[in-house]
Amino acid sequence: CRHEAASVVVSSRSYADFTPEATFDIKKVDLHRLEEGPPLTSTLTREDGLKYYRTMQTIRRMELKADQLYKQKIIRGFCHLYDGQEACAVGIEGGITLSDHLITAYRAHGYTLTRGGTVREIMAELTGRREGIAKGKGGSMHMYTKNFYGGNGIVGAQVPLGAGVALACKYLGTDQLCVSLYGDGAANQGQIFETYNMASLWKLPIIFICENNQYGMGTSVERASASTEYYKRGDFIPGLRVDGMDVLCVREATKFAADHCRSGKGPILMELQTYRYHGHSMSDPGVSYRTREEIQEVRSKSDPISMLKDRMLSNNMASVEELKEIDIEVRKEIEDAAQFATTDPEPPLDDLCSHIYANEKSFEVRGATPWTKLTSHS
Amino acid sequence: MASLRSFLRSGKNAVSVVLRREFSETSPAAVQVNVRDALNQAMDEELERDERVFLLGEEVAQYDGAYKVSRGLWKKYGDKRIIDTPITEMGFAGIAVGAAFAGLRPICEFMTWNFSMQAIDQVINSAAKTYYMSAGFQTVPIVFRGPNGSSAGVAAQHSQCFAAWYGHCPGLKVVSPWNSEDARGLLKAAIRDDNPVVFLENEMMYGVPFELSEEMMHKDFVIPIGKAKVERQGTHITLVSHSRCVGFCLDAAAVLAKEGVECEVVNLRTIRPLDVDTIEASVMKTGNLVTVEGGWPQYGVGAEICARIMEGPAFNYLDAPAVRVTGVDIPMPYAKILEDHSVPQIKDIIFSVKKVLNM
Repeated sequence: CRHEAASVVVSSRSYADFTPEATFDIKKVDLHRLEEGPPLTSTLTREDGLKYYRTMQTIRRMELKADQLYKQKIIRGFCHLYDGQEACAVGIEGGITLSDHLITAYRAHGYTLTRGGTVREIMAELTGRREGIAKGKGGSMHMYTKNFYGGNGIVGAQVPLGAGVALACKYLGTDQLCVSLYGDGAANQGQIFETYNMASLWKLPIIFICENNQYGMGTSVERASASTEYYKRGDFIPGLRVDGMDVLCVREATKFAADHCRSGKGPILMELQTYRYHGHSMSDPGVSYRTREEIQEVRSKSDPISMLKDRMLSNNMASVEELKEIDIEVRKEIEDAAQFATTDPEPPLDDLCSHIYANEKSFEVRGATPWTKLTSHS
Repeated sequence: MASLRSFLRSGKNAVSVVLRREFSETSPAAVQVNVRDALNQAMDEELERDERVFLLGEEVAQYDGAYKVSRGLWKKYGDKRIIDTPITEMGFAGIAVGAAFAGLRPICEFMTWNFSMQAIDQVINSAAKTYYMSAGFQTVPIVFRGPNGSSAGVAAQHSQCFAAWYGHCPGLKVVSPWNSEDARGLLKAAIRDDNPVVFLENEMMYGVPFELSEEMMHKDFVIPIGKAKVERQGTHITLVSHSRCVGFCLDAAAVLAKEGVECEVVNLRTIRPLDVDTIEASVMKTGNLVTVEGGWPQYGVGAEICARIMEGPAFNYLDAPAVRVTGVDIPMPYAKILEDHSVPQIKDIIFSVKKVLNM
């Protein structure tokens, strides 16, 4: 039982007592058109472990807070939550750097955070306030930061966009790459196959990542795809199928994929097998097309945060108190952010017509009536 | 394929001469350049000026362009900057937009704008709206270009005009050049613009030569996007048009002048943002308005112009209701006699002017 290790821990320890790093066995990755895959072990430092733990917990708590705010009608419209999938965003970021690029679809709050956004500005965007990361103009699905191109609302459209970013990386002679994410639902989109083709022809430095959480909205993978082996769907593109609930698996696979791209070999495809606890969005209870038992089973057996926590505790890499303290700090950060997000004022009406064109002098925009003359600023 | 027409707007006979890139500073001021070459030179100069500019599309490189608009560019700039794509519009338009996100300045060619429908989501949802959705964080400096509207004998699926559809969307700039000066100046402006520009060319105009002054041949000659041009001064009625129909308006004006009717011809040049001020000033001067376009009437460019005139100060100066001359409200037929009757002809413009003026 995984709780045994925790019960042995002594209440006060100095940090010098902790194991600075440990090596873990990780699940073997299924390979497609690859002779070798990522290593079967992963070495985790205490520092990285605490960082991954904190980040995953932050995403988890942030999403749960968003759930609360949505039910209070303080967040409106679309809200697609990421809880359960934290190991993907955090593991991917562990395998690349912030000078690399990333683009995803609408389940994007976790990535906005890992790519450099703050909880405050993410939550204020969800509540549509002026200090939101997109000044309240974008909402849940349209958040951007440096080298992060959203947050995209149209299923599949982000994949060719990501290949375009990769093309720019190659064109400009950098060794940067672009991670382009899509779900199991999007995986059947024609434009993704068009992108596989061009990315391969032109050897673009792109890592295609299919986050397979088993359901595209309410349609299970078996009901949507003639082939559910998403890591093979790139055909001529080498592929890996990875345990997306294990942050170390995701990290090692991403490192492996990044090396592949950076060595000029062209695109590579990763399928991350993951799971979302919430329904498709806040308007979906998520139990009409799957069972509560299934959700509960994943939570108890494969939760990404628990898995990391157990590993660290049972290898003396952290103490229960220390992790509890992180939990408390995270909770406070989320509370403060939520407080800010509910009290920050909404955007000024002056901003209504701004940001139509870049680098343009101000111009008149027609309002709802011919007499309503509004102004657009760049 | 493109048919070479040799008649010139001003009525003079002229031989189209392919302009050489280098010419001495002391050469004669004006040169004859057809629209195709004007576009070609504009792209060439902008490719040279800014390394981030590149061209992608079907057949743009080794084929020299389906309509030869990109002739010679691949030979000069190579595979990196002139990219042949597979026949996958949605994919390559998305790639072009993504490249613009990441700091390049792509020119994305659609072989004709009809094929843009395959990719329209990328033009509208990925390109046009992004600067707004990101509250000014993410710019999209991209040009989408290609031939638009009717051609000759290419039938319904290859003849649609998209000015109204793209002109509808905030976040886009939409331009529709008529002559070589327009083509050159507007394409340079579009490439230098930091916003997504839909550039609507016209296949039937590619082979038509026009005079370009020395000033227009300067490498920094740009025409401001969003400004219409009065091509012909007049006093009795305003004709507003874009693209090929501008030429028909000038031809109609020449015929009407013989009957003492002086038409003012306004070349829109830009569909969005629409230069309402120039149209209003003209209507307030002449008191009458006829719009002329190749596209379908319902919810079209002319409809927008008439609505704006109704809502603005120029309405009080109208002596008669404004009317539209448009393409016929049908899919484009193939047989020549049918096709000829599907598009506005000079006689339709003359007829409408006389009706409006109660002649």
